Amino acid sequence: MYLAEYQVKEILSERGVPIPDGRLARTPEEAERCAQGIGGSNFAIKAQITAGGRGLSGGVKFSTTPRGVRQAATQMLGAPLVTPQTRPNGEIVEAVCIEVAVEIVHSLYLAIVIDQRTAVPSLLASCEGGVDFEEKAQENLDILKSVALTIDGDLSGIDLDGFFFELGLTGEAAKRVVEATRLLVDIYFDHDATLLEINPLAITADERAIAVDAKMIVDGGALYRHPEFEAMARESKMDENERIAQANEINLVRLDGNIGVISNGAGLGLATNDLLIEKGGKPANFMDIRTTATSFQIAKGVDLLLADPKVKVLLVNVHGGGMTVCDTVAEALNFAYARSARKLPIVYRAAGQNAEWALTIMKDRKLPFEKFHNMSDAAARAVAVAQAR
Amino acid sequence: MAILVEGDTRVIVQGITGRAGTFYTDSALRYGPHYVGGVRPGKGGRAHLGLPVFNTVREAVDDTNANSSLILVPPHSAASAMIEAIEAEIGLAVCVTERVPVHDMLRVKAALKGSRTCLVGPNSQGILSPGLGKIGVMSTSNAKPGCIGIVSRSASLTSEIAAQTTVAGLGQSTTIGIGGDPIHGLGFRQCLELFRKDPQTRGVILIGEIGGLEEEEAAEFLSGQDYGKPVAALIVGKHAPPQRRMGHAGTLSIFGAGSVKNKAKALSSAGVLIANNADDVAPTIAEAIDAKHQQRDTM
Repeated sequence: MYLAEYQVKEILSERGVPIPDGRLARTPEEAERCAQGIGGSNFAIKAQITAGGRGLSGGVKFSTTPRGVRQAATQMLGAPLVTPQTRPNGEIVEAVCIEVAVEIVHSLYLAIVIDQRTAVPSLLASCEGGVDFEEKAQENLDILKSVALTIDGDLSGIDLDGFFFELGLTGEAAKRVVEATRLLVDIYFDHDATLLEINPLAITADERAIAVDAKMIVDGGALYRHPEFEAMARESKMDENERIAQANEINLVRLDGNIGVISNGAGLGLATNDLLIEKGGKPANFMDIRTTATSFQIAKGVDLLLADPKVKVLLVNVHGGGMTVCDTVAEALNFAYARSARKLPIVYRAAGQNAEWALTIMKDRKLPFEKFHNMSDAAARAVAVAQAR
Repeated sequence: MAILVEGDTRVIVQGITGRAGTFYTDSALRYGPHYVGGVRPGKGGRAHLGLPVFNTVREAVDDTNANSSLILVPPHSAASAMIEAIEAEIGLAVCVTERVPVHDMLRVKAALKGSRTCLVGPNSQGILSPGLGKIGVMSTSNAKPGCIGIVSRSASLTSEIAAQTTVAGLGQSTTIGIGGDPIHGLGFRQCLELFRKDPQTRGVILIGEIGGLEEEEAAEFLSGQDYGKPVAALIVGKHAPPQRRMGHAGTLSIFGAGSVKNKAKALSSAGVLIANNADDVAPTIAEAIDAKHQQRDTM
């Protein structure tokens, strides 16, 4: 689960990590009042979305007056913000953070991630933090220094002073950065985070270290032991269709094409979409039916596709395995079609466990389907049907 | 011969009495005779599906001489189940459980270091050696004993490609799902090492996807050596939107690493044949095996 900046900052401030003075606003008027309350003559207006890449996509603006803050908030609120990490049509900005624009002398990049090679969390840091950090790091990984942590976050054997000294930090600023890092490591482990990133961690003229932007991803698999995130998960701006699918044991990602894809397993789902795109088609979604899904749950997933006016045709590509057998999917199609007025044509391809039984169901229930033997032919047909309608 | 699941495999099921445990143990028993017992704390001394149930893995091993374990427990107890198997010196532990917390897996990986256990998964469909047996939850309807080793990050796609190799008349020596999670046990590289030593295996198929480092590590291992057998790879997710989780947690990457393009490039320069799409995998490996065969004949 990706937390919005203000949600991460709530956690940071509770734990004592310095953050800029700021408020959350949901209307332009509120934004102006926030700026007046904060005072000063330099404000940052930051769109609160649950994806990164905001800085370079117009999601952060600056202003010197509360009136300017209001104008910037008017432009942002209610409008979609598209970044390389959002869905193609972006995410609607429902709230903005109004903050004191910190006078930055030095921008650090700081992150805690899991190193997949060693299965141990690492602390990453760089002196060249800022909005374009990821691009710079892709060009030259040497700007990034790392140190392996322990799997339980015990820092007693790790020389943080030495680590930051090597990055060129000295004096009071170094002390403040080490203090913040200790707090961040605790936050990371206490919340089952898989990523905690502060970019930039600003060093100010008076040698303070302030977390100007913060990003945190909490492990979805560990939410059961973090009731504190329940409310956040509810108010998080997850796509409504994706949320319904999730609740029905289906991993769904909404894309913006016109071919509804029904597939089981992440790999088969990805392979199906790859084929569609290579044949000139546009999938409306990625679907991975989990092995635990029942036919009633899968039918809910089919409902979502049938209800999407952009979808012109359904492509079913299923390989029956140990538990998700082909007839479970055929029954699901039957349920969904029985209650929907929109009988979209189905390009159907199913193999593996109970494929023949599934075919009998499809025929008996008189579902509007065309059957194909291999994936490529099915994908090509789905593309042709979508283009013709 | 096959790998990992062989003639002397003796399997216990951790979580045998649960819904998934019951369903999959029943189906595995129909496929092969390798299952010797189960574990469910508090239910030791009973029998389930005709197999003895024990309170701990240690007791099960002492009594049945089991050397492998299939783990079918809920996510919150998966890490302790894996660690229990490691501490009881189970040789091969296969964890099917999905959504095991990542921080729990860090503890499991630490327990694995220096242990005698080979862990497969979590979030794996398991291992199938057609005709010999299976430790897992996959369908066996289209599997057939043969010469292709398959190692994969995705379950349904493994069954799909296995079925294609059956139709092509090649069959499978062993299929292994390494699981869809970012932190997992056995990887592509170790599977390639095992398949190289297996005389039954004449060619290997890697089924990869965006994110993670498995494909890159396989490429690192293969480059600069003569593997001796053709290797073909399919990497899916070429057109998936970047930085979104596509079903498997392992598909999410940071710093734009793990694109299909980079993975294919690394594997290709290590001598791996890249299949264009999912329908192209069996023909690719079949052709390579034929070519290898002819090469040998003319030498």
